[in-house]
Amino acid sequence: MTVMTAQASTRAPSINTGWVRYLWRMAMLLVLVVFSLGVSQVAVAQADPEREMITAAPGISADQWRQVRSGDTSSNYRDSRHDSNYSLINASGETWRILRNRWVSPFGLIAVFGMASLIALFYLIVGRKELEAPRTGKKILRWPLLMRSLHWSMATLFIVLALTGMNLLYGKFIFRPLFGDAIWGAMISASKVSHNYLGPLFAILLIIMLVSVVKKNIPRKHDLEWLKQAGGLLKKGQHPDAGFSNAGEKVWFWLLATVGLALVISGFVLDFPNWGQSRDTMQWANIIHAVCGLGLTAVSLGHIYIGTLGMEGSIEGMTTGYVDETWAKEHHSLWYEEVKDQAITEEEVAARKAGDGHSEPSATRTS
Amino acid sequence: MAQMKFMCDAERCIECNGCVTACKNANDVEWGIQRRRVVTLNDGEADEMSISVACMHCDDAPCMAVCPTDCFYKTDDGIVLHDKDLCIGCGYCLYACPFGAPQFPKQNAFGERGKMDKCTFCAGGPADSKEEEYAKYGSNRIAEGKLPLCAEMCSTKALLAGNAQDVADIFRQRVVHRGHKDGAWSNNPQASTDNLAYDAARKG
Ligand code: HEM
Ligand code: SF4
Ligand code: SF4
Repeated sequence: MTVMTAQASTRAPSINTGWVRYLWRMAMLLVLVVFSLGVSQVAVAQADPEREMITAAPGISADQWRQVRSGDTSSNYRDSRHDSNYSLINASGETWRILRNRWVSPFGLIAVFGMASLIALFYLIVGRKELEAPRTGKKILRWPLLMRSLHWSMATLFIVLALTGMNLLYGKFIFRPLFGDAIWGAMISASKVSHNYLGPLFAILLIIMLVSVVKKNIPRKHDLEWLKQAGGLLKKGQHPDAGFSNAGEKVWFWLLATVGLALVISGFVLDFPNWGQSRDTMQWANIIHAVCGLGLTAVSLGHIYIGTLGMEGSIEGMTTGYVDETWAKEHHSLWYEEVKDQAITEEEVAARKAGDGHSEPSATRTS
Repeated sequence: MAQMKFMCDAERCIECNGCVTACKNANDVEWGIQRRRVVTLNDGEADEMSISVACMHCDDAPCMAVCPTDCFYKTDDGIVLHDKDLCIGCGYCLYACPFGAPQFPKQNAFGERGKMDKCTFCAGGPADSKEEEYAKYGSNRIAEGKLPLCAEMCSTKALLAGNAQDVADIFRQRVVHRGHKDGAWSNNPQASTDNLAYDAARKG
């Protein structure tokens, strides 16, 4: 129902052009469809292992049941299966299934699509943060080639992992009925294989990235003021002070350094069953992994929005490596003060790039 | 429509592992995989108890609810089968299964587990030919009107297989007669060995 009211309120602002409104409607429709799928999934899965156990082995005393459910595999427990250390009953299996199917699955969707809708709403109401002053035409190096390559490799891997991961969680509700078993089989198998092999690669890049930008992301006093003013995103002409990284970027960094690390560590636990971790460990790893993965996916949408549509000039730093002086002054005032003597003309940038590439400094100063 | 179930009478199971062997034999499963296992509690003590377990073909099966590929299905007989062509070996069915039934031929790096294998109630699985079915899933005794070999071969008839209602009736009658000097074996029309090896085709 919140979805309906959100849809109604979008009619109010008159700024949107026809196609934006169309895209917006499609997005809302998608949210509704996917949301209802999530809810219907909650309604399925009402399995009752307890009842199965009573059918499977009736006539066992209450004491014996207690022993069986406790997962006791002490010295007088025998299992005829080769190499098995499983107790008779997997009591935590039900907990895991309920957590995954009734909580992680629907709320993950709500997080990701809720975030997408909020961003769309924000864009329609507040709009893009344009540069206030005209561009000076002079450029400052922000991201050297190596960092740009690292960023885009990570971004690509992140998107692939997010899509394949979400396919593992939600794909069966959409693509199996849509495409049939042959295509669905190939699709889900490709998802699993690419997720499991690219995941560790992402983990390595993440760690390199965290180490190389940590110095720029130490919290400072002026970050509080930045956060109080919401980065000036809401008001025209408002530009709180920021160093190389503003508080928003620092929040993203520290999320990656905490949630991101939890994501890759739990990913490794799931990805390498050959290390001998128990079934129970993997159940928890799966829940942690899915929560962190879906959470970061949701937040990443905000990062992607600000980097592209949401703010004029931001994307240039990550594509060309250089930002306009005006952009630096408005969005990273403290950093600009430190590096303004390094501003060069577009011709000089072009000359640098046309050269052998070595003339581009390999690092930027931090603030 | 029947609802097939296994039932193990812990009072009778003598931990002979005949069911385990019969299953291996009937289904020719991969090395290292053992679809049925016998679990013993308090081995060597007065209250020792053994139970034979495999896939219990749950109603609203937990494995079905979590499988990312949605490769499980329930037959008209209530048997839970899965499609090995779709299975990606993610292990989720094992995380969810109350009985530890799903098994994997491998456990390698990058989550390479191979295709999940579990008890099929001797009902085979989806395949284009009988040969392919046997190679992937083992025998299809249900199609021949026979019950799972494990239950058929159980020497004490501790392990029963068949329509849930019938199996439960047999057990109930046993309980009524339990303590009787000849156990549950006399005055019980359904407890003759013939009827215990219940014929799915006859009562389906
Ligand atoms: C080091 C990096 C990563 C590793 C090693 C890793 C590994 C795994 C593994 C092994 C699974 C279980 C799936 C299976 O085996 O079939 C999984 C599931 C999943 N992963 Fe990752 N992953 C990584 C990064 C990511 C990232 C970056 C995201 C999201 C942006 C993500 C999102 C998910 C999701 C949503 C699932 C499905 C959970 C479920 O079905 O319950 N993963 N991952
Ligand atoms: S594999 Fe486990 S959860 Fe699935 S039907 Fe068999 S016993 Fe039940
Ligand atoms: S291992 Fe196979 S059958 Fe089990 S949940 Fe994964 S895809 Fe499904």
